[in-house]
Amino acid sequence: MLCDSCGERDAVVNLTTIENNAVHQLHLCERCASERGVETTVATPKHPLAEFLHQQVPVPISGEGVRCSFCNTTMADFKATGRWGCARCYTNFEAGIRELLRRVHGNHRHVGRTYRAPMSETLERSAVLGELKDRLRRAIESEQFEVAADLRDRIRVME
Amino acid sequence: MTVDLSLLPDGGVGWLDASGQHSDIVLSTRIRLARNVEGYAFTGRARDGERLRVLSQVREAVATVPSLHQAVMYRLDELPPTSRALLHERHLVSKELAGLDAQHPLRSGAAVFLADGLGLMVNEEDHIRLQALRSGFALQEAFAAIDKLDRDLGTRVPYSYHNEFGFLTACPTNVGTGMRGSVLIHLPGLVLTKEIGKVLASLQQMGLTYRGLYGEGSEVVGNFFQISNQTTLGRSEEELLDQLLRVVGHVVEREAEARRVLLRDAGYIIEDKLWRAYGTLRYARSLTFDEAMNYLSGVRLAVGLKLITSLSVYTLNKLLIFSQAAHLAFAEGRALTESETNLARARYVRKALEEEAGSVG
Repeated sequence: MLCDSCGERDAVVNLTTIENNAVHQLHLCERCASERGVETTVATPKHPLAEFLHQQVPVPISGEGVRCSFCNTTMADFKATGRWGCARCYTNFEAGIRELLRRVHGNHRHVGRTYRAPMSETLERSAVLGELKDRLRRAIESEQFEVAADLRDRIRVME
Repeated sequence: MTVDLSLLPDGGVGWLDASGQHSDIVLSTRIRLARNVEGYAFTGRARDGERLRVLSQVREAVATVPSLHQAVMYRLDELPPTSRALLHERHLVSKELAGLDAQHPLRSGAAVFLADGLGLMVNEEDHIRLQALRSGFALQEAFAAIDKLDRDLGTRVPYSYHNEFGFLTACPTNVGTGMRGSVLIHLPGLVLTKEIGKVLASLQQMGLTYRGLYGEGSEVVGNFFQISNQTTLGRSEEELLDQLLRVVGHVVEREAEARRVLLRDAGYIIEDKLWRAYGTLRYARSLTFDEAMNYLSGVRLAVGLKLITSLSVYTLNKLLIFSQAAHLAFAEGRALTESETNLARARYVRKALEEEAGSVG
């Protein structure tokens, strides 16, 4: 069937319009349909990253030949799966990742909620404690007893 | 071992109770946060032992998190496929975690903790996927709940975090906030008035994206769309949600306007079409999933337009979930072939509509 509008190309879209309670049927080709603002496809998008990577294949992301020191992931692994292997990959492929994030998100800097892992707090606390204990030892050795008493109290509070 | 969903405080479907704002147009709101536990390879790269250690570390932490105190835990790796499909059909676990995705076989250590409106998936693509689910259009409430859960859990389990890139995730599309807010919305008015193409195209310009009923990779059926933020990095959680809130609010207004136009310009045609949908559901003897979704979409619109007044949105929401294959097999107590499923679906829908029929029409 030929297009009702141009009469030249094959009609591929059946457009049903309703005006004043009357139904009109039009058979249109793709071009005439799109000129009337009719979308001919409503499909779910493919995985945005897969699409993105596909577009980026000719442009190498820096980090080729590097292997993550923690999980052994390579850039080739990432290109095949679209997934990093561990948190350390973000450091090992940092320059490439920065560029990738800029292209995916339009930005590479996190501005949302900040976070400090509980482990690092524990580590920090033990580092501070270690230093206080060192100072306490030195204070006792040099017979600065008032300073030593003060340090001992601070250590007690922390422990 | 089979799954006992009656253990869940709300059967896991409290988010379908049709409360909340604009519940005739917006079915539900979901926010998820992706987190990884420091010291292990991400799930896809981890060995079985590592995934099991992640699970035991999370499990220990969850025991002291107030909002998950009453949570029920299911080990997906110990459940038969039918039970895993049931949890997936209720939108409580992803297809990947349930091991129903051909590309991702079931993993050891795959588990989910479920509490009232909150969920925590372990060993999904990321070690931890937190989610908050609410009925209707409720982004702020969902965020308040998930943010509290995230802060509580984050003091008990060390998350992988980078000062410049934020929360680290297996897929770079989730890095930064790790947050995806999504709103499940029913847009038959915009589809019928053919406005939908323009609306969907404008979403992309606003940094948003859309998917089908089951999230990533799923087809759009029954005019149900999930609208969510596309990017997760470079803007704060509040900014991302604010954008989603404004745009979805605008889409809801356009849908309501399209429905008014349909009624005004094509009242009797629409009324006839929707009653036919109701009639098919009420009397059909065999229904495929797509057919059921499409007719339910019509009936849902008829209820929204007040053409059908004695049917509740809650009943329609429940039909969306309970007329799926795994739920029908569960109700029948045995595995069903495809044609048996279609017969069981028609029987189930018919019975549900009959019970509410009373004064319909």
